[in-house]
Amino acid sequence: MNKIQDYQIISNVLLAKKTYEMTLTGDFSWVKNCGQFINISIDNKFLKRPISICDFSENELVIIYKVVGYGTDFLANLKVGDSINCLIDLGNGYNLDLVNDKCLLIGGGVGVPPLYSTCKKLVEKSVKVSVVLGFTSVSDMFYVDKFKELTSDVFVSTNDGTYGDKGFVTDVIVKNNLSGMDYLTCGPEVMLKGVHKLMTGHGQLSFEARMGCGFGACMGCSCKTVSGYKRICVEGPIMQSEDLLWND
Amino acid sequence: MERLNVNLGKVKLDNPIIPASGTFGFGYEFTQFYDINILGSISIKGTTKDARFGNELPRIAECESGMINAVGLQNPGIDKVVNVELVKLKQVYNKQVISNISGFSLDEYVYCTKIMDKNDMVSILEINISCPNVKHGGMSFGTSSESAYEITKAVKAVTSKPVFIKLSPNVTDIVSIAKACEDAGADGISMINTLLGSRFDLKTGKPIIANAMGGFSGSAILPVALRMVYQVAQSVNIPVIGIGGISCASDVIEMMSAGASAVQIGAENLRNPYVCKEIIDDLPKLMDELNIKNLKDIIGRSFK
Repeated sequence: MNKIQDYQIISNVLLAKKTYEMTLTGDFSWVKNCGQFINISIDNKFLKRPISICDFSENELVIIYKVVGYGTDFLANLKVGDSINCLIDLGNGYNLDLVNDKCLLIGGGVGVPPLYSTCKKLVEKSVKVSVVLGFTSVSDMFYVDKFKELTSDVFVSTNDGTYGDKGFVTDVIVKNNLSGMDYLTCGPEVMLKGVHKLMTGHGQLSFEARMGCGFGACMGCSCKTVSGYKRICVEGPIMQSEDLLWND
Repeated sequence: MERLNVNLGKVKLDNPIIPASGTFGFGYEFTQFYDINILGSISIKGTTKDARFGNELPRIAECESGMINAVGLQNPGIDKVVNVELVKLKQVYNKQVISNISGFSLDEYVYCTKIMDKNDMVSILEINISCPNVKHGGMSFGTSSESAYEITKAVKAVTSKPVFIKLSPNVTDIVSIAKACEDAGADGISMINTLLGSRFDLKTGKPIIANAMGGFSGSAILPVALRMVYQVAQSVNIPVIGIGGISCASDVIEMMSAGASAVQIGAENLRNPYVCKEIIDDLPKLMDELNIKNLKDIIGRSFK
């Protein structure tokens, strides 16, 4: 299968402040793991934009993105029936075989999406899933109800206290005594760092980076880990907690 | 297809299409996209004596029709390149490669050259005296005729393989540097490396690239590369590999008309991993349209 594909948009709707959910139709049988990403071409821009997969089936794929610049604004202005050109089947994804009988999912902002399909798969595997979601404010919030349909154990924090607990996801984890659990997480790096320092269970953490190619050729997104240099686009974006080194 | 054949001195290539160092890893990463044996050759990731992580992130900034990178010669060091990366490549690739060598001292260039000289997979040594992303060494060797001469002389003394010197465009007179390399015995010139560039974050005003500056490449730099190849190819009697902003078959025709005997494709591999295959597929049709029988015939036709 050619790894550059055009997919037609069947839905592109505003979910929360500047945050859109786009659904694509086509052949998505190539998706191996939750937490993989696609790299989307943007008209008049040199580099593609890496966006994580939120949800997928054999013939539909959902992404969620926040408008932060030219590329995401371009996506937001696409209409149903338009197509996007993508480099597909990128990144390692979460290894759900490493998850035991219970697990905590921790998502921050636009890091929440890949945890949605992850939550679905884990629930299918009869894993007892707890979820902590963090947003800046209630206006940024999305998918809380969809997670609640999958598990009763959903905690939410907002930085300004406009919904759920005021503070960060780490405050919620401490308050509810969840720091010993195994966890899967995705969010801004500062959140990942806080989560990694706090949690004592095994973790799988999803990173983002300014990427060149997205498939391992340019070394633009390398990071240092305990087991050597890794490319966030190929050996990641999911890194294992025991492998992480932070630049302090 | 014989009409695509070109020569780089004694080295014969099936076609002039070579992925440029630093944009193609060690080659095997691209087997997920196409059979890499269709390529003329591959210039593998720049190699240094010791393993290097390179620069801090971010290393990439986007530009109009191009990008800036400041990777900083990340590579596993020459021992692993020879014993791991080239061994992996050999399993999927039955041609020879161009070994791109970087260094921080004359001794380091000589050390790596001696090792690659013994490697059967290597057809040409491409001595990179133009990397803009490392402090000390790299580009500083390529910005004066004297140091370019000195490095060329030193590596030529320790290898029987053809030596191509990869030149920087960030100089006032690239012709005199190319001539100095030729005088020192270089078998060819690879040009150009990236142009020094910067981008700044609109909110913070700070450089986007952690290293502040990086190498600008992509289709935006094609005219600069064409001009410099045109100048150098007329002034030396050794083959030139044209590099810089090539993204399609017509760019290849243009670059060879300017004087290049072969070309390298760089940044375009990163945005379209199929580009080298597409160019090889497109060339015969474009040659038909332009009444070009053999690619060899158009090398330097701009000034001949």
